[in-house]
Amino acid sequence: MDLQTLTYIVVGFTFALYIGIAIWARAGSTKDFYVAGGGVHPISNGMATAADWMSAASFISMAGMIAFMGYGGSVFLMGWTGGFVLLAMLLAPYLRKFGKFTVPEFIGDRYYSKAARIVAVVCLIIASVTYVIGQMKGIGVAFSRFLQVDYGTGLLVGMGIVFVYAVLGGMKGITYTQIAQYCVLIFAYTIPAIFISLNLTGNPIPQLGLGSTMAGTDTFLLDRLDQVVTELGFHEYTTQSRLSQLNMFVYTMSLMIGTAGLPHVIIRFFTVPKVADARTSAGWALVFIAILYTTAPAVAAMARMNFMNTIEPTKGNYMTYDERPNWFKNWETTGLLEFKDKNGDGKVQYSANAEVNEMVTVDRDIMVLANPEIARLPNWVIALVAAGGLAAALSTAAGLLLAISSAISHDLLKGVFMPDIDEKNELMASRVAMAGAIAVAGYLGFNPPDFAAGTVALAFGLAASSIFPALMMGIFNKRINKEGAIAGMVAGITVTLLYVFQHQGIMFVASTAFLGDLKPNWFFGIEPNAFGAIGAVVNFAVAFLVSRVTQEPPEHVQDMVESIRMPAGAGDAQAH
Amino acid sequence: MAFKSKEDATAYWAANVKLMLTLLVVWFVVSFGFGVILVDVLNQIQLGGYKLGFWFAQQGSIYTFVVLIFVYAKKMGQLDRKYGVDEK
Repeated sequence: MDLQTLTYIVVGFTFALYIGIAIWARAGSTKDFYVAGGGVHPISNGMATAADWMSAASFISMAGMIAFMGYGGSVFLMGWTGGFVLLAMLLAPYLRKFGKFTVPEFIGDRYYSKAARIVAVVCLIIASVTYVIGQMKGIGVAFSRFLQVDYGTGLLVGMGIVFVYAVLGGMKGITYTQIAQYCVLIFAYTIPAIFISLNLTGNPIPQLGLGSTMAGTDTFLLDRLDQVVTELGFHEYTTQSRLSQLNMFVYTMSLMIGTAGLPHVIIRFFTVPKVADARTSAGWALVFIAILYTTAPAVAAMARMNFMNTIEPTKGNYMTYDERPNWFKNWETTGLLEFKDKNGDGKVQYSANAEVNEMVTVDRDIMVLANPEIARLPNWVIALVAAGGLAAALSTAAGLLLAISSAISHDLLKGVFMPDIDEKNELMASRVAMAGAIAVAGYLGFNPPDFAAGTVALAFGLAASSIFPALMMGIFNKRINKEGAIAGMVAGITVTLLYVFQHQGIMFVASTAFLGDLKPNWFFGIEPNAFGAIGAVVNFAVAFLVSRVTQEPPEHVQDMVESIRMPAGAGDAQAH
Repeated sequence: MAFKSKEDATAYWAANVKLMLTLLVVWFVVSFGFGVILVDVLNQIQLGGYKLGFWFAQQGSIYTFVVLIFVYAKKMGQLDRKYGVDEK
């Protein structure tokens, strides 16, 4: 069977599965819609959280980034997993005990202020919308590359699928489809990795293969890789730092705090029955995430190795362009690989020196997408990778859309504008908000705004500098009051956004960058994407100072903090 | 359903914070300590084909994170029962 037909069958089967689950798991109440009825088993929730969290970027781009950044890529590995430790110990159990439906709702109650709630809604919407654009693009790209349909059609099909299960089932439908999507994406990620590890090292476990010797030799894979890349003038793979040590430190911290503060991840922990379940569920989530995240560095190093070996099979002997393998031709047509024969010898010189380098474009995403082809794996594995990429993008998009729609229907509509709305109408409103959010996300996927490229900076920067500190102080410090929290959030966001915008342009329009994206202008050499942690420090400091000089929070708020610190009684709170 | 006394509530919270801080020290050391600050020193040591610092940055820290969360969940469960604030 040819690859095209096979891919249609595999992707078609997974889509049928998601729709089947959606019909089975319809939402009958607002509690179903917002928190899946509150009865999700902690292991199931862990799996759903893993799919919710691992996006198109984790699945498609991360290993490719590490392949070319080497050790420097560790900031993503540590940052995007270490955040779950913070989530498990600092936020999830307490917010579960609080027992309501949304993140802004906690901020509004804890800081006894509609203004605080609205600031939180705005942060949540900006962070989630920028994030969802990336998923929409991932869906369109996956369709156009693997199924040969055009970008727009692919995007429409993806929106249609999300529409069915998110509007119909809300959190309940999303939870059960995310579990299915996790299974699809983890198979799709690990199977090629196992084959490639076997090919290169003879060890079927990629995590061990990465530390093994090359098959048939006694040279370690990483030592060999270091040697191959340095010969061509690239930096040694295992020690290639990402700018300075300080930058790596701050970047990792920003990603950790940002991860813990992203609302679409936090609300997943509202779906488990008990506070104790929220704790273990975070552990399970990280187990399921770690399976992919510890495989990714192996995929990265091995893909780089295979890529180098293809271009330079033996030292100083480059591949002849006319004899290039099929996958090379396929990816050339997409523009993600580009060769320019500068010296006219018909061979592919690859070098860190831009003047003699003839591989003028090597898109990082190729490392995962073309990996099965480079390693000459059977067609069904390639079809599986397509389904996995789509599962990763769809599951994250659905989680984000739920966070957005519940903020609109529950926080803005019921919380601020129409407090008397009954449950039936609120459920209807949340479905309409969901449909609207899908339409907006789809529109932005068709016409990505200039700031789409800055998604990571903006979403993690906002979550780290506003939402995370506000939540954490709300639980751990009774003295933080309304004035302090609002001033802190506003200060944190302002500092972070100013730093990002001054170097990358206002809303990422490059011409408006008044300081230029120049390293000498960076504060202590910290890159703009890494600045969320600094914003968080500013938030904490401002909130403390302002709270000290203003009135302490009222009695009932202090009692509320006491009550969320104690697990017992979570069941009651939830049925409020 | 609640603490027996004000002292119990204070003691429970203090024990929670202490456990959390201890585990966060480990969290910090394996990632920021071994994976970033001390990476060059640890890279002098080999763990199979891995340089040790590189291993912590790309493998070891993640395994440790998983263990930390389960240790936290288990110890907090014991603490909840000791003070009678676990969920029935």
